[in-house]
Amino acid sequence: MDLDLTEEHELVRKTVREFALERVGPVAEELDREARFPYEIVAELGQLGLMGMPIPERYGGGGADTVSYAIAIEELTRIDSSVAITVAAHTSLGTTPIYLFGSEEQRREWLPRLASGERLAAFGLTEPEAGSDAGATRTTAERRNGSWVVNGSKIFITNAGTDISACVTITARTGEDEISNVIVPNGTPGYEISAPMHKLGWRASDTRELSFRECEVPEGNLLGERGRGYSQFLEILDGGRISVAAMGVGLAQGAYDLAYAYAQERRQFGRPISKFQAVQFRLADMATEIEAGRALVYRAAWLKDQGRPFAREAAMAKLYTGELSNRAANWALQIHGGYGYMDEYAISRLYRDQKILEIGEGTNEIQRLVIAKHLGL
Amino acid sequence: MRIAVCVKQVPEGAAKRIDPATRRLDRAGEGALNAYDANAVEEALRLKESAGEGEVVLLTMGPARAADAIRKALAMGADRAILVTDDAAAGSDLLATSIALARALEREQPDLVLFGQQAADSDGAVLWGAVADRLRRPLISQVAELTLADGVVTGKRQSEFGYDVIRAPLPAVVAVSDSINEPRYPSLKGIMGAKKKPQETLTLADLGVESDRAGEAGSRTEVLALSEPPSRGESRRIDGDGAAPEAIIAFLAEKRLV
Ligand SMILES: Cc1cc2nc3c(=O)[nH]c(=O)nc-3n(C[C@H](O)[C@H](O)[C@H](O)COP(=O)(O)OP(=O)(O)OC[C@H]3O[C@@H](n4cnc5c(N)ncnc54)[C@H](O)[C@@H]3O)c2cc1C
Repeated sequence: MDLDLTEEHELVRKTVREFALERVGPVAEELDREARFPYEIVAELGQLGLMGMPIPERYGGGGADTVSYAIAIEELTRIDSSVAITVAAHTSLGTTPIYLFGSEEQRREWLPRLASGERLAAFGLTEPEAGSDAGATRTTAERRNGSWVVNGSKIFITNAGTDISACVTITARTGEDEISNVIVPNGTPGYEISAPMHKLGWRASDTRELSFRECEVPEGNLLGERGRGYSQFLEILDGGRISVAAMGVGLAQGAYDLAYAYAQERRQFGRPISKFQAVQFRLADMATEIEAGRALVYRAAWLKDQGRPFAREAAMAKLYTGELSNRAANWALQIHGGYGYMDEYAISRLYRDQKILEIGEGTNEIQRLVIAKHLGL
Repeated sequence: MRIAVCVKQVPEGAAKRIDPATRRLDRAGEGALNAYDANAVEEALRLKESAGEGEVVLLTMGPARAADAIRKALAMGADRAILVTDDAAAGSDLLATSIALARALEREQPDLVLFGQQAADSDGAVLWGAVADRLRRPLISQVAELTLADGVVTGKRQSEFGYDVIRAPLPAVVAVSDSINEPRYPSLKGIMGAKKKPQETLTLADLGVESDRAGEAGSRTEVLALSEPPSRGESRRIDGDGAAPEAIIAFLAEKRLV
């Protein structure tokens, strides 16, 4: 048994940690306050090869394994969730479907631009009437004169409306009881994107409502086989959960880092509050749970890299780290007292950014349903 | 053109601890590439890139785990690395280290040897001088701007009162200042490719360094005692109540500083 990360993994961690501290940290509060999309940071991440890590090199990606990718997402989230979800949604939800299910032609057309970070991709699954019940998609794609004509709407879609968004892959009904994935390029007539949605957290990330009215895309934009849309998006969500789980560990670690430092600076009753056992126990519990959560995430990523089944472990990792990040953000803010409630203190942003980790890419409840199914219940 | 960059692995983080028993720096814990050396690596890469040809060779002396520091520099883009590692080299001071590095550089015959301005752990800022002397090569230190043309290296050197512009024929030794550039982050591609780059491990015997000229035996530095830095003495606090600028000027004038 060998639980060591490789030298490459360690160097990815150090590099992304440095980048996050030096390039993201100083602007994170401002981006959040102004709900401003981090274009410059995305460009720099692209130059470093971090916008398409698990995509093979022959399509312009980094050719890295899932463990490296999870480490990078974790380290970004430790400093800022908006940047991390921009990378994670682009990579796992936007780009991966085209790599996994696209024809050679579709891969060559889209992947080089996406994996380099020059353009962004989105994945549009959720609809007003189809959230947890994602199979209840009402959006339709009808075959007419050699085209697909899309009608319907999507909600809460990440990365769909930035200046550099290239396309969204949507799930749509292509017949009775038949779901398929279709690529809709930005700028297609009939594809309308709402103004950015106002959010509690992830404020610098891009979240939109999409509507399609008689929106016509070429026949060749069908992703993979017709009617395979349901199993395709389940597979995408399985992989995506690893990156959201990595965000859970990163957020918990970031909250812990802030609380650990603050507890040593802040003095009450004549001593640093870190000298009080109640504070120590909180930090000890956080450190312990973070280790456990990280082990779950890396194991799920490792299983995926080995080509072994990982869906059960990915759901467990997502569930555990989502709830862990909730406890960690809560305790870390508590350790900050009233200061933690103020915008000037980063913990207030981490606290707001945390909640979505228990909702996006499957709520806690849905993870439990998935796990129960894997348990044979 | 061949550029050698001497790099060092230093303990990660700012906190320094001196072991009172050995009177040496405590180097336990995680190590990292000395940040000042990243400036030298960056400059070497830029020189190579602008020349469109050449080779950047890393040289380090240290324990086997110093390879971690080399890996980052290789990931940044250096071509290959030489690690001088030997149990007998442990405890080498600046004199002993300079012998081993100079021997290794003689083998490589680089056109240019680059150093960072100092090591972040010992803060000596003299090793480059010793190495240049042993190699009998010209040295320019504290270089904030570097150009190479027609076999001549030109360095703009920061001094207390402005800049000195110094020219030296190649081969030469240059110690760069940390203001010379902003070191790049290793790219994912660089990280994944670093392991495949040639890395050579040499012992002192390979370099023909006699055992009495290395390690503690070859070191001439003796730490006699350690003490806390003296306290700052009395200090005066001036609050920003509107009259602060006048108070600061009066204070400086009183000390004859303005
Ligand atoms: C900021 C943000 C970004 C997002 N980005 C994307 C994106 O890029 N692409 C995309 O497609 N979607 C995206 N989403 C949507 C997200 O995946 C959904 O919000 C999520 O799946 C939950 O769906 P819902 O909001 O409709 O909640 P609902 O499904 O309405 O759930 C409401 C509550 O009911 C519970 N519930 C529902 N069904 C069951 C059940 N069977 N058993 C027990 N409890 C149940 C849920 O757990 C939850 O607590 C994003 C959402 C947000 C907020």
